[in-house]
Order: sequence, then C-alpha cells, then structure tokens
Amino acid sequence: MSSLEIHDLHVSVETKEGPKQILRGVDLTINSGQTHAIMGPNGSGKSTLAYSLAGHPKYTVTSGTVTLDGEDVLAMTVDARARAGLFLAMQYPVEVPGVSVTNFLRTAKTAIDGQAPALRTWVKDVKGAMEALRMDTSFADRSVNEGFSGGEKKRHEILQLELLKPKFAILDETDSGLDVDALRVVSEGVNRVKENTDAGVLLITHYTRILRYIKPDFVHVFVDGRIAEEGGSELADRLEAEGYDRFLTSATA
Amino acid sequence: MTSTQTESTTSDVAPTGLSTDHSRAAADGAHTHGTGGTPQGSRAERVTSFDLDVITVPSGREEEWRFSPVAKLAPLFAADLASSGVRTTVVESPEVTVEIVGRDDERLGKAGVPGDRTAVTAWNSIKEATVVTVPAQAIASAVTSIRVEGINNTPTANHLLIHAGALSESVILLDHIGSATLTETVEIVVDDGAHLTVVSVQDWATGAVHASSHRIRLGRDAKVKHVVVTLGGDVVRLTPDAEFTGEGGEVEMIGLYFADAGQHQEHRLFVDHAVPRCKSRVTYKGALQGEAAHTVWVGDVLIRKEAEGTDTYELNRNLVLSDGARADSVPNLEIETGLIEGAGHASATGRFDDEQLFYLQARGIPEGEARRLVVRGFFAELIHSIGVESIEARLLASIEVELSKSMSVIEGTAPVTA
Repeated sequence: MSSLEIHDLHVSVETKEGPKQILRGVDLTINSGQTHAIMGPNGSGKSTLAYSLAGHPKYTVTSGTVTLDGEDVLAMTVDARARAGLFLAMQYPVEVPGVSVTNFLRTAKTAIDGQAPALRTWVKDVKGAMEALRMDTSFADRSVNEGFSGGEKKRHEILQLELLKPKFAILDETDSGLDVDALRVVSEGVNRVKENTDAGVLLITHYTRILRYIKPDFVHVFVDGRIAEEGGSELADRLEAEGYDRFLTSATA
Repeated sequence: MTSTQTESTTSDVAPTGLSTDHSRAAADGAHTHGTGGTPQGSRAERVTSFDLDVITVPSGREEEWRFSPVAKLAPLFAADLASSGVRTTVVESPEVTVEIVGRDDERLGKAGVPGDRTAVTAWNSIKEATVVTVPAQAIASAVTSIRVEGINNTPTANHLLIHAGALSESVILLDHIGSATLTETVEIVVDDGAHLTVVSVQDWATGAVHASSHRIRLGRDAKVKHVVVTLGGDVVRLTPDAEFTGEGGEVEMIGLYFADAGQHQEHRLFVDHAVPRCKSRVTYKGALQGEAAHTVWVGDVLIRKEAEGTDTYELNRNLVLSDGARADSVPNLEIETGLIEGAGHASATGRFDDEQLFYLQARGIPEGEARRLVVRGFFAELIHSIGVESIEARLLASIEVELSKSMSVIEGTAPVTA
C-alpha cells in the first residue's frame, strides 16, 4: 500500500504585484485505493494544489511537506515525480505539434517503467484502452492534443492514466467541458484504473455531477487555500443542495 | 496602385502555440509588413543585372544586405573569382544527362537575372557550368545527386543549371559539404507541365562561407517543390527566386534551418507572380541555439497586376532554444490586383514553450528528451512534406545530429563554444 502525505502545505504564485499566497496550510493524506474529492469555489486554490504536487515551475512551495511513501516529493523534478508514481490529468492539456500520440505514449511508458514496453502486449494494451474510452484508432497518428476537442483531450488524459498506471492520480477538473456521455466514458475509465491498479485518486472538481459516477470515500471542501470542512460522500450531496455560500461567508468574515 | 497585406494572417496559423512576437520584432525593426516605410519601394523596382558595373559592391547598409555579415562575404564581391575551391560531381538517374559546358552555352542565364552582388560576381566569374537535363517526358527512376564539395577556401564561383524538360518528372538532390568560400548560381528551368523536386542541402563544415542565387523559372502548368536545408557553415546566404512565365504553375518552397552558436543563416525568397492563375506556398522553419546564432528569413511575394487568380501563402516560424540567439523574420506581400484567389503570410518566432515541457515531464519524460521531442515535432511535418523517403530519412538523421549538439549545450553537459 502506498501513501501520499501532504502536511501544512503553503504555496505562492508569482504575480506582477509580487508573490501571492494561494495555499495556506493544506493537510491531506491519501492511501492506495482511496478516492478523495476536493471541492470548492473558483479561486479557492484547488488547481494550485494539483499543479504544486506535479511540480509546475509557476508555483513556489513556501513551507510544508509532501511525501510519497516517505520520499520527499518536493525535492524531485517534475519528471521524477511522475516516475515516482504521481499522475496529473490536466484541465487544459497542452498541444505538442508533430509528436504523435503513439510516440508520446510509448516514450512516456518507457520513461515511467525505466524500460521500453514489450511491443506486442503494448500495442494491444493501447488499442484496448482506446476502445474502452471510445477513441477512434486514428487518434494514435494525430499530434498530441493538436486539434483535439475538449472531450477528446480529457479522454486522452485518462488514456494515459490507464496505460501509465500511477500510484496516485490527480484529476484536475476532468469533468469540465464534458457532456453527459463523455463524462460517463471518462468516469468509467477512472473506475477501471481504481479497480485494476488500486491507485489513490484525488478528484478536483467544482461540481458534484462527476461524483455520481466516481464515488468518493472522502470529500474535502477547499476555501481560501485550505480545507474548511471534511466528510464522507454525504458532504457532496449537501454541497449540491446548498452550494458554497456558507463557506464563502465564513471565509470573508 | 500597390496595396500591401497587413496583420490579418498571423493568428490563424498558430498550431504550435507560438505567438507572433511583433513587439520584439518592431523594436528590432526586423519585421515589416508590405513595403510601407522601407526605403526600397516595390520589390519590382529592385535592380537586377548581369553587369558588374550595375550591381556594385555593397556597403552593408542596403536593404538586401542589412542583416548580413558583409565583411565575411566580402571575398565573394570581387569581380574575378576562381573556380578551384569546389569540386562538383553528379550521380544521375539513367534518364538524366549531365554536361560540362562553357560559359557561352546559350542555355545559361535564362532563368532570372542576378539581383545582388554575389549573384552578379558568380555569373561573371564562371568559365564553365554543370548542366543537368531531364529530357522532355522522361520519368526519372532514381534521385539525381549533385555533390558540391569544398576543397579549399579560395573565393570561388560555381554555376549549375537544372533543366526539367516538358512533362518530365524528377528529383534532384544538391549537397554542399566540406569547406569553401563559394558564390553559386543554381538555375532551375522547368518547362511546361514538368514536375520537379529540388532539395538543396547546405551542410558545410565550419569555416565555410556560401552565397547562392537559386533562380527558378516555371513554364505553364509546371510544378516545382524547392527544398532548402541549411545546417552547417559559418555563413550561408541563399536567395531563392521563383518566376512564373505561364499560367497554372505551382511552386512549393520549403526551408529548414538549424543555427548553432556563431552561425549566420539567411534565406531571402522572392516569388514573382507575373502571370495569372499560379499558386505558391512558402514554408520555412528554423531552430536556433547558442550565442550569436543568427537567422534571417525574408519572404517577398509580388502579385503583379496581370496575375489574376493568384493563390499564395507564406509562413516562417522560428524556435529559439537558448539565450543569445536572434531570428529576424520579414514577410513582404505586395498585391497589385484585387482579383486573386488568396494571399496571406504569417511569421512567428517563439521561445521554447515551458508548458509543453511541463506536460511531457509530468509524464515522466526527462527534460532533455522532452526538448528533443518538441524540436523533432517542430520539424517533422515539414520534413514529411518533402515526399522523397530516402531524403526524409537522411534529414531526420541530420536533425538528430543537430539536436545532440544543441542539447548538450542546453543541458550544460558540454562546454559552450562560439
């Protein structure tokens, strides 16, 4: 079993007016097989948490620790974090012109595993995962994310999740911009990964609708850069009924 | 009445996410649109001549020389250059003929007219020329390879004529290797209905200084793919001109360059739409890395009053991989008739995209390899558009060599040398 432990994490971002504090002491522990939903209003720092864990250079950790099975994640480069078992499904996946999906997936898999995947099983795995996500086979020859629709980009992120088999998956607003059918396909993909690999999942979302498909074990409400309330999946139901208003009031009070 | 194309075409061609950096370009004076504000006036007014007294030694302040390292090119401004600095060998496809002819051969000097000092000195200095002829209606079964090998740095002139007869189909590969101080004319005469691909590779050794005037003349319904690949040499300054002389002609001009520290690579194109219903596509892409790596791309397209139904688009993109490198990019589009199919240009010079790097690294790919992937991707589409597999494979391998050089500099695994 693996464990991702976030302790007292403070993160700032560089702005024109100088550094701006976004995360103000986040404490969170995720174990293998668990699904944690992080919910909260826009601007509360949910995505900052996701990108800080992945090591985006825009964010500066000013204090706190993040460990993966005791290893210091914050000391690792972006690629080392991925090889250690972290995966970030991005809200806005980046286009990489001229690099085919096939080439990209194989390069990433080789980097993560430390060796090239056995060709025969790999081709089958890719094909199977694409079919399960209802992705057309022509996808394999297209440039990474170039000209992909919003839904195609998200499927491509989940495709990588299925193939790279990380210990922990951070899904940053994977539900945004998806219609109901795409949301179901993508959610099924995440559930398959949970079932097959026992990955821990950190599901970041503004809305509760994805939680109908991916059942969280824990729900954390993020307000003003820290966790304001925690509970089980019933907390999500309450948020759906009440919205975030009461948190916003308390945050500004 | 001349109208000039303005900003309208840059935003629709940003598949790599690079932005057109007009702010910097404006500060450099390096990116102009149309001819307004340049001292030149219309490109049609540029002086062209076979006469040394008409095109004299430039000072370096002239429009066509202002980006160039004129001091390094100066040996090639002399009126009487040698022929001993290079050796030309041709391995031809069985259908193709090769001749060495005297300078008075009447086939020479028919494609265009010299437009700058190095072109006019080349013309006046040569005693002989190499003529490669694809007979009318011949379909060449193999690539014809012309190798120009530098053997010493005596300022030298060289002349090649590639003549594709009517309805012929062929691929010509022109290689430049070794080291030389060379000004070269490449005449490319493409008769009615012929299909010709010419690939000119400048992979000189360090120390080489090379000026070259490529002059393409297209007949009716002729189709030309002109590919320029510049990798090696201290200074390479190439001026490909394409002139349409009959309706229905098509030219696709592709360029790929990779400048390392201290290298100057300059490509100045001119497409002259003088007759109706012709099509031109220009796509040049370059990568730069290292201190004082300098690339210049100037793309002049002139649509004359008679050239109704013209369809043209030109694009230049530069990927700056490290500090200290400079890319100048100047598209100029002059339109003298409103009755055209389409006309546009785009230019974008961008730094390495950190978001691409983050995305690839977040998938476990180490930084160096991620950079290689992005640069390979930047060139891949262009290389695959050449359409000759053996040449594509060779160019992909050349890019790998350039990448291993530049990445060692970027990653600090090798000392930076200028």
